[in-house]
Order: sequence, then structure tokens, then C-alpha cells
Amino acid sequence: MRIAATINGQQMQADDVWPGESLLYVLRERLGLPGSKNACEQGECGSCTVYLDGIPVCACLVAAGQAQGRDIVTVEGLAGPSQLHPVQQAFLDAGAVQCGFCTPGLIVATHDLLSRDAEPTDLEIREALAGNLCRCTGYEKILDAVRLAASRMRAGG
Amino acid sequence: MEFLQPTSWTDALAAKAASPEAVPICGGTDLMVELNFDARRPAALLDLTKVADLAQWDIDDGSVRLGAGVSYARIITELSARLPGLAMAARTVGSPQIRNRGTVGGNLGTASPAGDAHPPLLAAAATVEAASVRGTRLIGIDEFFTGVKRNALAADELIAAVRIPLPVGPEQFSKIGTRNAMVIAVAAFAVALQPARKLVRTGIGSAAPTPRRAPAAEQFLAGALAEHDLWESRAELPGPLLDRFGDLVTAAAAPIDDVRGTAAYRLHALGVMARRTLAWAWRQYQSASPEGS
Ligand SMILES: Cc1cc2nc3c(=O)[nH]c(=O)nc-3n(C[C@H](O)[C@H](O)[C@H](O)COP(=O)(O)OP(=O)(O)OC[C@H]3O[C@@H](n4cnc5c(N)ncnc54)[C@H](O)[C@@H]3O)c2cc1C
Ligand code: FES
Ligand code: FES
Repeated sequence: MRIAATINGQQMQADDVWPGESLLYVLRERLGLPGSKNACEQGECGSCTVYLDGIPVCACLVAAGQAQGRDIVTVEGLAGPSQLHPVQQAFLDAGAVQCGFCTPGLIVATHDLLSRDAEPTDLEIREALAGNLCRCTGYEKILDAVRLAASRMRAGG
Repeated sequence: MEFLQPTSWTDALAAKAASPEAVPICGGTDLMVELNFDARRPAALLDLTKVADLAQWDIDDGSVRLGAGVSYARIITELSARLPGLAMAARTVGSPQIRNRGTVGGNLGTASPAGDAHPPLLAAAATVEAASVRGTRLIGIDEFFTGVKRNALAADELIAAVRIPLPVGPEQFSKIGTRNAMVIAVAAFAVALQPARKLVRTGIGSAAPTPRRAPAAEQFLAGALAEHDLWESRAELPGPLLDRFGDLVTAAAAPIDDVRGTAAYRLHALGVMARRTLAWAWRQYQSASPEGS
């Protein structure tokens, strides 16, 4: 089937899509958007997190056909034209990126958290990122990055 | 594979009647895992996410009518005060991403013994509204689970909603697993007290082939509370009463050993959770004013 959706603000379409394949597969393999990562294909790791109609979901668990006509934002859609989004910059500055495989999902999940809550507590950060696994950093630097992003964003950066 | 995408409930029921083999998909958090791993190749998928009615809830005749497609995240933000037991269970499901997509309709569709919505729905005496082109049928939650991952739906039926009576007393839920997030229950337990009717209801998860109640524990507790005038006095529950309740809940279970835990551990955990949730619920009852309870 043909899938047409708004992706990162742009109307995009893919042809000959098997409707049972995942939105993640469509993004990565058909639309050339490899930012969202595929690590588990079963909703456990969060590395494929994207916004679907404004709500963070695992792209690996959305059937391609279900994305028809929806509004999708991936990690590729968060940066400004000439600079990274403050959440992305904070992850780099805080040393929260090692192999980087978990990073796109964590960026989207953090972006969502900070859009709802400008000053989350550590517990709220842990709760909001509970669906995102990282096998490299031990999470401390990720928490640092979220706190850094939050403080910069509150300061208007 | 065919992809059916009705935009109205009438069309969804017509599609299911015309293609009973079509597999419904809502949040996809169970089904997509099976498709991704090639565990299942249905001839047709019936997407329910474009049926707006399914994602609505309202209050009707003393019950919340919860559309099958309302996500756990919305149950938590919109229904915590009205359906505390179900909301507590919803908070323990998966992760934020899973709660944003997963639905109670999908939990009932999968009918896993470990589904977290099931114990509070059993304790709340919920009713499943099954619909087809033939009409609507109300299935009591006690009759809904018919075997391991089996439910009472006919081939042409879809779950429209779950009707959950507004609680008339405290509800509690407890679930045990290896971490706080992303855990399929090793065992779970829900209890609901109904002071006005002097009734108690329970729900056991992950400790039998299906979610089930613990009727002997319910009868014992209701009887003991009445016998000692505890509903009226709201006095402390005696230790032996809590212990006996825990033992009878344990006796109602029939768990197996599996990767998540042994049968013996599940029984032990159930006894602990039964005593604890009852103590929590009783404390709530004690602190509520007699009119407000
Ligand atoms: C990472 C991860 C963590 C999870 N953690 C938990 C957890 O902690 N607790 C828990 O209980 N579950 C958990 N699950 C399982 C799953 O999220 C739940 O069972 C959820 O409720 C399924 O809802 P859904 O809408 O996503 O279902 P779907 O996958 O869309 O459907 C599930 C089944 O129900 C059927 N179905 C769906 N809607 C209807 C309907 N209206 N009428 C008839 N049949 C229907 C489908 O055909 C399918 O067989 C987890 C899953 C994942 C991937
Ligand atoms: S790839 Fe989707 S959650 Fe892991
Ligand atoms: S940086 Fe490697 S998984 Fe997180």
C-alpha cells in the first residue's frame, strides 16, 4: 500500500509498503530517515521513540498502515536549521553519548518531558526515561544531560 | 496482507463480520511484537485507531464506560480519581511509550494471565461490552477469560468498551516484578472493598492459567468484617484476619514455574500482596469519613 504522512513537517510518501511492517522500518528503510534506531523491535529499548500526533511512541510497534495520514516527528526533526536543539547539545556537552545507539530515543523522550515540565525532579526524569535503555553510560551522564538541558532551556537557551 | 482501516464503529463491525479472520490492532504493543518476529502472519489487519468512538470514555448509569481504545496514559491522567484501582495498575504498565499506545481493549484481547488491567477489573466487577453486526452482548469479567490467552469473544465480535462500576469504597493494587518499569508481572493482586454492601472483591494476576478471583478469601473477609462489626467500628484489622485472608488468596492461585518466577515464589508473593493491599485499603477506609467512604 501507499503510505502518506507528515514527517518532520514535510508531506512524505512511500509506495509498496507491506501494511504490517513497522513505522520504524518505513522511516529507516524507505524514507531515508535512519535517526530512529532499531535495537529490539519489541518496545523494550525505546531507541525508536518518535512523536506520533505529538505523543512519544515506539515506532517499532506502530504498523505502517496505522501511520497513514498521521503527523510524525523523529529525532531528525528537532534541530533548528543551524544549531542543535538544546536537548541534543546538552547530551553532547554532558558526555551522555557513547556508542550513541540509545541517543535518538532518549533525545525524543527528554524533549517530550521538558516540553511538559520545565523543572523535573530526578525521580520524574527517571520515570520519564524508564522506557529507554542505554548499555554504555550507566545513565548518570544522561541524567546530567537532562538537568543541563532543563536549566539552559529555562534560561532561554 | 489486507489492511482494513474503518473510520466508524459501524464500518469496523461490518468489516469484522465480512472478514472474521482479520486481526484487530489498536495500540499494537502486543500484536506488533508478534508481527516483527514473524510469530504471526494474519491474512488481514483491522486497524481500530481511526475509530474515534473507541477512544472515548463517559459516565453512564453509575459506571465508567471506558472505550476499548483509551490508552493507559489517558486512564492515568483522566480517570485516576474515578477508577483508582485500574489507574494504579495502568501506572505499572511497561514504560511511558507503551502506556501512550497500549489499551485496556488490547489487554483484554490478548487475555494474558499477566495482563495488568485484569485484576482491578475483576475486583471492580467490570463488564465487557462485546459488539458485532448481530448486536451488543455484555460479558461479565468473571466469564471473560476462558483459558491461557483465550477470551469469550466470538469470531465476528470486537470489544467496544469496558463498563466499570464507580467504586463505592477503597481499591488497591499491587504487582511484583524485577524492576519498577518495563515488567511483566511475576504476580499481581487487586482488592476492592464495598462497605455499603458489606462486600469484598479480589483479582489475582499471573498466578493461574487465567486472571481469577479468590472467592473463598472474599467470603471469609466479608463474613469476618460483619461478624466483628468492623465495617461500623473501623477498628484495626486483627493480624490473624489479615493472615487468613492472605492464605485464602494464595489457596485460590494455581501458578506455574516459568522464566519470571517459580510457583512457590508466586504463592509467597501473593500472600504478602494480599495482606498488604488489604491493610492499605482498610487504612483508607478508616481515614475516610463515614459519609464520604
Ligand atoms: C515493552 C512492553 C511492555 C509491556 N508491559 C506490559 C505490562 O507491564 N503490563 C501489561 O499488562 N501488558 C504489558 N505489555 C503488553 C501490552 O502493552 C498490553 O497487553 C496492552 O494492553 C495491549 O494493548 P494494545 O492496544 O497495544 O493491543 P494490540 O497489540 O493492538 O492488540 C492486542 C490483542 O487484542 C486484540 N484487540 C485489540 N483491540 C481489540 C478490540 N477492540 N476488540 C477485540 N480485540 C482487540 C488484538 O487483535 C490483539 O490480539 C507490554 C508490551 C510491551 C511491548
Ligand atoms: S526498537 Fe523499538 S523499542 Fe526497541
Ligand atoms: S550510548 Fe551506547 S547504548 Fe547508550
